[in-house]
Amino acid sequence: MGAQGQDLTINGTAVTLSVDGDTSLLSVLRDRMDLKGSRIGCTEGYCGACTVLVDGKPVQSCNTPVWSVAGKDVTTIEAAERHPVLSEVQKVFVDLQAAQCGYCTNGIMMTLAGLLGQSPRPDRAHILAHLDERHLCRCGVHVRVLKAIDQLLAQSGGATA
Amino acid sequence: MSECPANLKANPLLSRWFRLDERPLMGVRSGKVELGQGATTALAMIAATELGLELDQIDIMPADTLHGPDEGYTAGSFSIEHGGAAMRWAAAQVRELAAQAAASVLGTTADQLVVEAGQFRRQGHNEGVTYWQLRDRIDLEVSALDLPAPVLHGGTIDGKGMQRPDLVGKLSGAGFIQDMSLPDLLHGRVLRPDHPQDRLLACDEAAAQALDGVVAVVRDGHFAGVVARTDEIALSALALLRRSATWQRQADLPPDDGLNGWMDQASPLSTCFLDEAQPGPSPAIRHAARYSRPFIAHASIGPACALAQWHDGRLQVWSHSQGIYPLRRQLARTFGLDHDHVNVTHAHGAGCYGHNGADDVALDAALLARAVKAPVMCLWTRADELSWSPFGAAMRMELSAGLDEAGQIVAWNHAVWSPTHLARPGFGDGVNLLAAGDLAQPHARPPLADAPRPQGGGDRNAVPLYDVGARKITHHLLPQGPLRSSALRALGAHGNVFAIESFMDELAALAGRDPLEFRLAHLSEPRGRAVIEAVAKAAHWNPDDEGGEGHGRGLGFARYKNLGAYCAVIAEVEVAETVRLVKVTAAVDAGEVIHRDGLLNQIEGGIIQAASWTLKEAAGWTQDGFKTRSWADYPILNFSEIPAIDIVLVTHNGAPSLGGGECAAGPVAAAIGNAIAHALGVRVRDMPLTPERITQAIHA
Ligand code: FES
Ligand code: FES
Repeated sequence: MGAQGQDLTINGTAVTLSVDGDTSLLSVLRDRMDLKGSRIGCTEGYCGACTVLVDGKPVQSCNTPVWSVAGKDVTTIEAAERHPVLSEVQKVFVDLQAAQCGYCTNGIMMTLAGLLGQSPRPDRAHILAHLDERHLCRCGVHVRVLKAIDQLLAQSGGATA
Repeated sequence: MSECPANLKANPLLSRWFRLDERPLMGVRSGKVELGQGATTALAMIAATELGLELDQIDIMPADTLHGPDEGYTAGSFSIEHGGAAMRWAAAQVRELAAQAAASVLGTTADQLVVEAGQFRRQGHNEGVTYWQLRDRIDLEVSALDLPAPVLHGGTIDGKGMQRPDLVGKLSGAGFIQDMSLPDLLHGRVLRPDHPQDRLLACDEAAAQALDGVVAVVRDGHFAGVVARTDEIALSALALLRRSATWQRQADLPPDDGLNGWMDQASPLSTCFLDEAQPGPSPAIRHAARYSRPFIAHASIGPACALAQWHDGRLQVWSHSQGIYPLRRQLARTFGLDHDHVNVTHAHGAGCYGHNGADDVALDAALLARAVKAPVMCLWTRADELSWSPFGAAMRMELSAGLDEAGQIVAWNHAVWSPTHLARPGFGDGVNLLAAGDLAQPHARPPLADAPRPQGGGDRNAVPLYDVGARKITHHLLPQGPLRSSALRALGAHGNVFAIESFMDELAALAGRDPLEFRLAHLSEPRGRAVIEAVAKAAHWNPDDEGGEGHGRGLGFARYKNLGAYCAVIAEVEVAETVRLVKVTAAVDAGEVIHRDGLLNQIEGGIIQAASWTLKEAAGWTQDGFKTRSWADYPILNFSEIPAIDIVLVTHNGAPSLGGGECAAGPVAAAIGNAIAHALGVRVRDMPLTPERITQAIHA
């Protein structure tokens, strides 16, 4: 596929990019848009460090070709201030210092923002299953992430079990 | 503390550590670097406490070989132990210099002054003078050695609710080396084989060069790489090189039996460094057992990355290395440059747990950048990250001991076989950077060595802390194994403590005694006893708990390196088709605690990582080469496998600060092994303790 105009919305701004449609959303965000908060991890769909929201749903941007998000709404960690659920998640993570190196953290926060933004809101077991499938952390900060999840679930008034 | 700390003695100029800005900020620069565990925040807190500043008045400057102090490596839990001591002393001296200046401005004497949030005041007065107002009167171009010993404040900072300044940024956007941008930055990738013994013979450089956007194809001996306008183009060019590459195999690998069988064929360099064997009556009971651990990957979440730029024969590198000074010297040696023609500036990487690919990729970037006129960022692929980063070394431990009539240990033998746990660049004569051996003018690796005792590498924690009668301890250092090995968190302590503490449980069972009581009966060291007693209390250890039916609990204990933090762990497991780690309780004595929440975070992380190694991880190989090329080949602990964790800090006022990140590795491994044995009545002595191995042990 050659370079062509790709229309999408990134953090609330409509953009048209002249880029090959097969280019990964991750490299569009990082290299074209200078949004570096979505991380380069494995670029193979395992670690989740690159996770962003597409139309509100968590998606691994490293294995998402940009053509597939044409006309859609992409949200990254840089938009936290304008995204109530995401900013709540971010605040809890910072308060609990639920990170060590923090390399995996933005992806995890994006996933949580996506899941907690759904209605009906998924329960803890569902969230853990989702994290198991799509996120890795090597620093072993899981205990604090789990605490953050419990706090977020409690804040939005649901059961934590 | 009454003597100037070693790291400050080696770098006595205070201006290397501090910079008084025009902005109301105090620039602080340590030689210790941020590896993701919050060390720079802890150091900044130490500086803030001694200087009488708030944390947000401190500007943490990146470590840099031109401007900062040389503190060697940031490793082995030393950042606070050594770097903290130097920082504390230097900061207190700066405060005293400033207090004198303040006293002359305020017309009083320094001992009448208090300092708060950077302002010096006379007790009971409101007006005062700040560090910044005193800027011209404070001379930081002085040597710490020419100043009197300062009064040190010290003390614990709870840190709950305190935010690490670096994390606040990272959790909202850029912050890592991979996120750096420089004007005209180009992107590089290097070609590495799939087999550890392969060497590049040829590849189609012209095809890669012809690709639109490729700026250079770099070839030097067996080293090949590409530089392109974007990373995507660099990856496409790399794929072309890979597809066309022909390799020469220098040697085949021995078969991987998962149990370190390859060690049988290797000839070790053997040192029996402790031999107290005395003739005596032969013990009533003798017992012997063999344990093992495989190679373990660093498996950083972020790929190794470096930036390099050449200018007028000088080299500037940005690196997430643990040792920017040793790296600078190794790069200078590789390129035949004077040291002061190379500068390495530290930039944050993803969590680092030892000697990973950070240094190797720095040389890669420098080689690529030499071919172009712009800065180059080089990234490793995930596959290379998981196979070309040095591994934590495989280990084999053989233990034997006797029990006398009273059930006390009377003789103890421990022999450990392992390739090196310390092949960091800068140790020994030679260049230990991956590409250096591949160049047309290759640089030899340093001769085989391991981390020296008393800390030790393969023999780290091989000497038990218990009173065990005559001891004989032998370290068999093996030549490089099938995979390249170097420092991974805790080095040999993970394997040795697993073996010693498993063996203690086996001996206790032979003596018919409770493992907890048995340990205490052999341990006179008061701080060791204190953590064991504390963990037993916190986890409600019940000597009459028979275990079985798939439920078990186990204990593990060690003093890290026999010099560092004390740690005792109790693990609870449920074993069915899988091993479920239900709870880990740990008691840790890490001396004086600087940043309580940061220490807890590190211990938690250490526990989870060690549990992951112990239960799941092994890096292997086949005749075709590396077996771990993606996360699918190398599972680590995931979220639903995480145990509940309870940590008790046993404080010991006045004892110097000891790092906490590594002390749990061995005790966690042993506690899990012992808990599984308690649950099933059979023991697995080879890590990882997988369901398959447990089933085998049951049917053996
Ligand atoms: S970088 Fe996208 S899943 Fe790892
Ligand atoms: S915090 Fe470092 S990988 Fe998760």
